[in-house]
Amino acid sequence: MSTILTILVVIGAIVLIAAALFAVHKRDLVVATVATSVISLVLSLFYFLLQAPDVALTEAAIGVALTTIIFIVTIRNTKRFED
Amino acid sequence: MKKLISIIFLLYIAYQLFVVFYAIPFGTDEVRSKVGKFYLEHSPKDLQVANTVTSIVVNFRGFDTLGEVTVLFLASTALGSILFRRREVHTRLSHLRTSVEASSIVRVTGRILFPMIVLLGAYVFIHGHLTPGGGFQGGVIIATGFLFLLLAYRQFTIDHKTIMWVESLAGITFAGIGLVGIFMGKTFLENFLGVGKLNELISGGIIPLIYIAVGFKVAAELTGILDTILLISITVDETENQTEKNG
Repeated sequence: MSTILTILVVIGAIVLIAAALFAVHKRDLVVATVATSVISLVLSLFYFLLQAPDVALTEAAIGVALTTIIFIVTIRNTKRFED
Repeated sequence: MKKLISIIFLLYIAYQLFVVFYAIPFGTDEVRSKVGKFYLEHSPKDLQVANTVTSIVVNFRGFDTLGEVTVLFLASTALGSILFRRREVHTRLSHLRTSVEASSIVRVTGRILFPMIVLLGAYVFIHGHLTPGGGFQGGVIIATGFLFLLLAYRQFTIDHKTIMWVESLAGITFAGIGLVGIFMGKTFLENFLGVGKLNELISGGIIPLIYIAVGFKVAAELTGILDTILLISITVDETENQTEKNG
Protein backbone atom coordinates (compact mmCIF):
# COMPACT_ATOMS: atom_id res chain seq x y z
CA MET A 1 0.00 0.00 0.00
CA SER A 2 1.21 3.49 -0.81
CA THR A 3 1.70 6.17 1.85
CA ILE A 4 -1.43 8.13 0.92
CA LEU A 5 -3.51 4.97 1.14
CA THR A 6 -2.06 4.13 4.54
CA ILE A 7 -2.90 7.60 5.85
CA LEU A 8 -6.43 7.21 4.43
CA VAL A 9 -6.85 3.85 6.17
CA VAL A 10 -5.61 5.24 9.50
CA ILE A 11 -8.00 8.22 9.27
CA GLY A 12 -10.82 5.83 8.34
CA ALA A 13 -10.06 3.58 11.31
CA ILE A 14 -10.08 6.56 13.68
CA VAL A 15 -13.43 7.73 12.26
CA LEU A 16 -14.74 4.17 12.61
CA ILE A 17 -13.85 3.86 16.29
CA ALA A 18 -15.02 7.41 17.06
CA ALA A 19 -18.38 6.79 15.37
CA ALA A 20 -18.79 3.47 17.21
CA LEU A 21 -18.12 5.08 20.59
CA PHE A 22 -20.43 7.96 19.69
CA ALA A 23 -23.19 5.52 18.75
CA VAL A 24 -22.86 3.71 22.07
CA HIS A 25 -22.70 6.76 24.32
CA LYS A 26 -25.15 9.13 22.63
CA ARG A 27 -28.57 9.14 24.27
CA ASP A 28 -30.35 10.57 21.25
CA LEU A 29 -31.08 7.40 19.27
CA VAL A 30 -31.51 9.13 15.90
CA VAL A 31 -27.99 10.57 16.16
CA ALA A 32 -26.71 7.14 17.22
CA THR A 33 -28.34 5.57 14.16
CA VAL A 34 -26.70 8.11 11.87
CA ALA A 35 -23.37 7.28 13.55
CA THR A 36 -23.86 3.57 12.79
CA SER A 37 -24.54 4.43 9.16
CA VAL A 38 -21.25 6.38 9.13
CA ILE A 39 -19.58 3.18 10.38
CA SER A 40 -21.10 1.27 7.45
CA LEU A 41 -19.93 3.93 4.99
CA VAL A 42 -16.32 3.79 6.20
CA LEU A 43 -16.45 -0.01 6.35
CA SER A 44 -17.63 -0.21 2.74
CA LEU A 45 -14.68 2.00 1.74
CA PHE A 46 -12.40 -0.41 3.62
CA TYR A 47 -13.90 -3.42 1.85
CA PHE A 48 -13.27 -1.68 -1.45
CA LEU A 49 -9.64 -0.97 -0.53
CA LEU A 50 -9.21 -4.61 0.52
CA GLN A 51 -10.36 -5.69 -2.97
CA ALA A 52 -13.81 -6.96 -2.02
CA PRO A 53 -16.06 -4.74 -4.16
CA ASP A 54 -19.00 -7.16 -3.90
CA VAL A 55 -19.05 -6.89 -0.13
CA ALA A 56 -18.54 -3.13 -0.38
CA LEU A 57 -21.65 -2.80 -2.57
CA THR A 58 -23.73 -4.85 -0.14
CA GLU A 59 -22.48 -2.93 2.87
CA ALA A 60 -23.18 0.41 1.20
CA ALA A 61 -26.72 -0.51 0.15
CA ILE A 62 -27.79 -2.42 3.28
CA GLY A 63 -25.83 -0.70 6.02
CA VAL A 64 -26.13 2.88 4.88
CA ALA A 65 -29.61 2.95 3.37
CA LEU A 66 -31.91 0.13 4.50
CA THR A 67 -30.81 -0.51 8.10
CA THR A 68 -30.76 3.21 8.86
CA ILE A 69 -34.25 3.78 7.54
CA ILE A 70 -35.67 0.76 9.40
CA PHE A 71 -34.06 1.95 12.65
CA ILE A 72 -35.27 5.51 12.18
CA VAL A 73 -38.84 4.40 11.49
CA THR A 74 -38.74 2.19 14.59
CA ILE A 75 -37.39 5.03 16.74
CA ARG A 76 -40.07 7.34 15.38
CA ASN A 77 -42.73 4.90 16.51
CA THR A 78 -41.26 4.28 19.96
CA LYS A 79 -39.03 6.63 21.95
CA ARG A 80 -36.34 8.98 20.71
CA PHE A 81 -34.25 9.25 23.89
CA GLU A 82 -32.65 6.46 25.84
CA ASP A 83 -33.36 6.26 29.55
CA MET B 1 -20.42 -13.72 39.54
CA LYS B 2 -22.18 -13.37 36.21
CA LYS B 3 -19.50 -10.96 35.02
CA LEU B 4 -16.74 -13.31 36.11
CA ILE B 5 -18.29 -16.18 34.15
CA SER B 6 -18.65 -14.06 31.03
CA ILE B 7 -15.03 -12.85 31.33
CA ILE B 8 -13.78 -16.42 31.66
CA PHE B 9 -15.94 -17.45 28.72
CA LEU B 10 -14.58 -14.61 26.54
CA LEU B 11 -11.02 -15.43 27.54
CA TYR B 12 -11.59 -19.05 26.57
CA ILE B 13 -12.95 -18.01 23.14
CA ALA B 14 -9.99 -15.66 22.68
CA TYR B 15 -7.58 -18.46 23.60
CA GLN B 16 -9.16 -20.87 21.11
CA LEU B 17 -9.06 -18.25 18.33
CA PHE B 18 -5.42 -17.51 19.19
CA VAL B 19 -4.52 -21.19 18.95
CA VAL B 20 -6.13 -21.49 15.52
CA PHE B 21 -4.62 -18.35 14.07
CA TYR B 22 -1.21 -18.87 15.67
CA ALA B 23 -0.84 -22.06 13.64
CA ILE B 24 -0.91 -19.95 10.45
CA PRO B 25 2.30 -17.91 10.09
CA PHE B 26 1.57 -14.21 9.80
CA GLY B 27 1.34 -12.95 6.23
CA THR B 28 1.02 -16.32 4.54
CA ASP B 29 -2.04 -17.12 2.49
CA GLU B 30 -2.97 -20.47 3.96
CA VAL B 31 -6.67 -20.24 3.12
CA ARG B 32 -6.46 -19.08 -0.46
CA SER B 33 -3.78 -21.56 -1.37
CA LYS B 34 -6.16 -24.48 -0.94
CA VAL B 35 -9.81 -24.04 -1.85
CA GLY B 36 -9.57 -20.51 -3.18
CA LYS B 37 -7.03 -21.51 -5.78
CA PHE B 38 -9.46 -24.05 -7.20
CA TYR B 39 -12.15 -21.39 -7.63
CA LEU B 40 -9.74 -18.83 -9.06
CA GLU B 41 -8.50 -21.31 -11.62
CA HIS B 42 -11.75 -23.00 -12.58
CA SER B 43 -14.07 -20.00 -12.66
CA PRO B 44 -12.60 -18.34 -15.78
CA LYS B 45 -11.58 -21.64 -17.39
CA ASP B 46 -14.62 -23.89 -16.96
CA LEU B 47 -17.41 -21.35 -16.59
CA GLN B 48 -16.02 -18.33 -18.49
CA VAL B 49 -17.14 -16.06 -15.65
CA ALA B 50 -14.99 -13.02 -14.91
CA ASN B 51 -16.38 -12.39 -11.40
CA THR B 52 -15.25 -15.35 -9.29
CA VAL B 53 -17.51 -14.36 -6.40
CA THR B 54 -20.57 -14.72 -8.61
CA SER B 55 -19.45 -18.07 -9.94
CA ILE B 56 -19.04 -19.35 -6.36
CA VAL B 57 -22.35 -17.94 -5.15
CA VAL B 58 -24.47 -19.09 -8.08
CA ASN B 59 -22.69 -22.09 -9.54
CA PHE B 60 -20.40 -23.83 -7.05
CA ARG B 61 -22.58 -22.94 -4.06
CA GLY B 62 -25.90 -22.46 -5.86
CA PHE B 63 -27.89 -24.57 -3.44
CA ASP B 64 -26.81 -22.35 -0.53
CA THR B 65 -28.04 -19.32 -2.43
CA LEU B 66 -31.44 -20.95 -2.88
CA GLY B 67 -31.58 -21.47 0.89
CA GLU B 68 -30.51 -17.88 1.49
CA VAL B 69 -33.25 -16.55 -0.76
CA THR B 70 -35.74 -18.75 1.07
CA VAL B 71 -34.64 -17.29 4.40
CA LEU B 72 -35.22 -13.78 3.07
CA PHE B 73 -38.64 -14.85 1.82
CA LEU B 74 -39.52 -16.26 5.24
CA ALA B 75 -38.37 -13.06 6.96
CA SER B 76 -40.46 -10.84 4.72
CA THR B 77 -43.50 -13.12 5.07
CA ALA B 78 -43.19 -13.12 8.86
CA LEU B 79 -42.89 -9.34 8.97
CA GLY B 80 -45.88 -8.97 6.69
CA SER B 81 -47.99 -11.31 8.80
CA ILE B 82 -47.11 -9.45 12.01
CA LEU B 83 -47.54 -5.92 10.67
CA PHE B 84 -50.31 -6.49 8.15
CA ARG B 85 -53.03 -3.84 8.40
CA ARG B 86 -53.27 -2.92 4.78
CA ARG B 87 -56.95 -2.82 3.86
CA GLU B 88 -58.39 -0.82 6.76
CA VAL B 89 -55.45 1.58 6.90
CA HIS B 90 -55.66 2.24 3.22
CA THR B 91 -59.27 3.35 3.33
CA ARG B 92 -58.91 5.26 6.60
CA LEU B 93 -55.82 7.17 5.59
CA SER B 94 -56.55 8.04 1.99
CA HIS B 95 -57.50 11.59 2.99
CA LEU B 96 -54.56 11.96 5.36
CA ARG B 97 -51.75 10.83 3.13
CA THR B 98 -51.77 13.85 0.85
CA SER B 99 -51.62 16.28 3.78
CA VAL B 100 -48.20 15.07 4.95
CA GLU B 101 -46.19 15.69 1.80
CA ALA B 102 -42.40 15.89 1.68
CA SER B 103 -40.68 19.10 0.60
CA SER B 104 -40.62 19.95 -3.10
CA ILE B 105 -36.85 19.35 -3.31
CA VAL B 106 -37.27 15.76 -2.17
CA ARG B 107 -40.23 15.23 -4.51
CA VAL B 108 -38.52 16.56 -7.64
CA THR B 109 -35.24 14.78 -6.87
CA GLY B 110 -37.12 11.57 -6.23
CA ARG B 111 -38.93 11.80 -9.54
CA ILE B 112 -35.68 12.41 -11.45
CA LEU B 113 -33.50 9.92 -9.55
CA PHE B 114 -35.94 7.00 -9.31
CA PRO B 115 -35.48 5.69 -12.90
CA MET B 116 -31.71 6.09 -12.63
CA ILE B 117 -31.55 4.15 -9.36
CA VAL B 118 -33.67 1.34 -10.84
CA LEU B 119 -31.48 1.32 -13.94
CA LEU B 120 -28.34 1.07 -11.80
CA GLY B 121 -29.84 -1.81 -9.85
CA ALA B 122 -30.81 -3.63 -13.03
CA TYR B 123 -27.32 -3.04 -14.43
CA VAL B 124 -25.73 -4.46 -11.28
CA PHE B 125 -27.70 -7.70 -11.37
CA ILE B 126 -27.64 -8.22 -15.14
CA HIS B 127 -23.87 -7.75 -15.19
CA GLY B 128 -23.39 -9.80 -12.01
CA HIS B 129 -21.06 -12.25 -13.74
CA LEU B 130 -18.88 -9.50 -15.27
CA THR B 131 -18.64 -6.71 -12.71
CA PRO B 132 -18.80 -6.59 -8.89
CA GLY B 133 -22.25 -7.03 -7.46
CA GLY B 134 -25.07 -9.36 -8.31
CA GLY B 135 -28.67 -10.24 -7.67
CA PHE B 136 -28.73 -9.34 -4.01
CA GLN B 137 -26.94 -6.01 -4.37
CA GLY B 138 -28.96 -5.00 -7.42
CA GLY B 139 -32.20 -5.91 -5.69
CA VAL B 140 -31.31 -3.82 -2.65
CA ILE B 141 -30.44 -0.84 -4.88
CA ILE B 142 -33.84 -1.10 -6.60
CA ALA B 143 -35.54 -1.31 -3.20
CA THR B 144 -33.80 1.92 -2.14
CA GLY B 145 -35.22 3.54 -5.28
CA PHE B 146 -38.72 2.56 -4.21
CA LEU B 147 -37.91 3.75 -0.70
CA PHE B 148 -37.10 7.17 -2.13
CA LEU B 149 -40.50 7.34 -3.83
CA LEU B 150 -42.25 6.13 -0.67
CA LEU B 151 -40.58 8.88 1.36
CA ALA B 152 -41.18 11.59 -1.24
CA TYR B 153 -44.80 10.88 -2.14
CA ARG B 154 -47.12 9.85 0.63
CA GLN B 155 -49.89 8.97 -1.82
CA PHE B 156 -47.54 6.56 -3.62
CA THR B 157 -48.66 3.05 -2.78
CA ILE B 158 -47.25 -0.32 -3.68
CA ASP B 159 -49.59 -3.06 -4.79
CA HIS B 160 -48.76 -6.02 -2.61
CA LYS B 161 -50.39 -8.41 -5.03
CA THR B 162 -47.94 -7.39 -7.78
CA ILE B 163 -45.05 -7.72 -5.31
CA MET B 164 -46.24 -11.20 -4.38
CA TRP B 165 -46.50 -12.26 -8.02
CA VAL B 166 -43.05 -10.92 -8.94
CA GLU B 167 -41.52 -12.59 -5.90
CA SER B 168 -43.19 -15.94 -6.48
CA LEU B 169 -42.40 -16.01 -10.19
CA ALA B 170 -38.74 -15.15 -9.52
CA GLY B 171 -38.52 -17.89 -6.88
CA ILE B 172 -40.17 -20.40 -9.19
CA THR B 173 -37.75 -19.43 -11.97
CA PHE B 174 -34.78 -20.08 -9.69
CA ALA B 175 -36.07 -23.46 -8.54
CA GLY B 176 -37.22 -24.31 -12.07
CA ILE B 177 -33.80 -23.65 -13.57
CA GLY B 178 -32.40 -25.93 -10.88
CA LEU B 179 -34.91 -28.66 -11.72
CA VAL B 180 -34.10 -28.49 -15.45
CA GLY B 181 -30.64 -29.71 -14.49
CA ILE B 182 -32.21 -32.86 -13.01
CA PHE B 183 -34.36 -33.41 -16.10
CA MET B 184 -31.23 -33.18 -18.24
CA GLY B 185 -29.97 -36.20 -16.33
CA LYS B 186 -27.48 -34.31 -14.17
CA THR B 187 -27.65 -32.70 -10.73
CA PHE B 188 -29.83 -29.94 -9.25
CA LEU B 189 -28.66 -26.49 -10.45
CA GLU B 190 -26.37 -28.07 -13.03
CA ASN B 191 -25.02 -25.51 -15.49
CA PHE B 192 -26.71 -26.97 -18.56
CA LEU B 193 -26.37 -24.05 -20.99
CA GLY B 194 -23.28 -23.31 -23.04
CA VAL B 195 -20.80 -21.15 -21.15
CA GLY B 196 -19.92 -18.84 -24.07
CA LYS B 197 -16.87 -16.60 -24.02
CA LEU B 198 -15.20 -14.76 -21.15
CA ASN B 199 -16.25 -11.12 -20.58
CA GLU B 200 -19.33 -11.28 -22.80
CA LEU B 201 -22.79 -10.37 -21.57
CA ILE B 202 -24.30 -13.70 -22.60
CA SER B 203 -21.88 -16.10 -20.99
CA GLY B 204 -21.61 -18.31 -17.96
CA GLY B 205 -24.61 -20.49 -18.80
CA ILE B 206 -27.37 -20.26 -16.21
CA ILE B 207 -25.53 -17.79 -13.95
CA PRO B 208 -27.00 -14.55 -15.42
CA LEU B 209 -30.50 -16.09 -15.55
CA ILE B 210 -30.39 -17.08 -11.88
CA TYR B 211 -28.98 -13.72 -10.84
CA ILE B 212 -31.73 -11.86 -12.70
CA ALA B 213 -34.32 -13.99 -10.88
CA VAL B 214 -32.60 -13.35 -7.53
CA GLY B 215 -32.50 -9.61 -8.29
CA PHE B 216 -36.24 -9.45 -8.95
CA LYS B 217 -36.97 -11.52 -5.85
CA VAL B 218 -34.82 -9.47 -3.49
CA ALA B 219 -36.12 -6.17 -4.89
CA ALA B 220 -39.74 -7.28 -4.46
CA GLU B 221 -39.19 -8.63 -0.94
CA LEU B 222 -37.34 -5.60 0.38
CA THR B 223 -39.78 -3.16 -1.23
CA GLY B 224 -42.62 -5.03 0.45
CA ILE B 225 -40.86 -4.91 3.82
CA LEU B 226 -40.17 -1.17 3.52
CA ASP B 227 -43.74 -0.42 2.47
CA THR B 228 -45.14 -2.40 5.41
CA ILE B 229 -42.86 -0.67 7.92
CA LEU B 230 -43.51 2.84 6.60
CA LEU B 231 -47.24 2.22 6.59
CA ILE B 232 -47.16 1.23 10.26
CA SER B 233 -45.37 4.50 10.94
CA ILE B 234 -48.23 6.44 9.35
CA THR B 235 -50.79 4.47 11.37
CA VAL B 236 -49.03 5.29 14.63
CA ASP B 237 -48.93 8.97 13.69
CA GLU B 238 -52.62 8.98 13.01
CA THR B 239 -53.57 7.26 16.26
CA GLU B 240 -51.42 9.81 18.11
CA ASN B 241 -53.24 12.66 16.40
CA GLN B 242 -56.58 11.11 17.32
CA THR B 243 -55.66 10.76 20.99
CA GLU B 244 -54.46 14.36 21.02
CA LYS B 245 -57.76 15.50 19.55
CA ASN B 246 -59.77 13.42 22.01
CA GLY B 247 -57.66 14.42 25.01
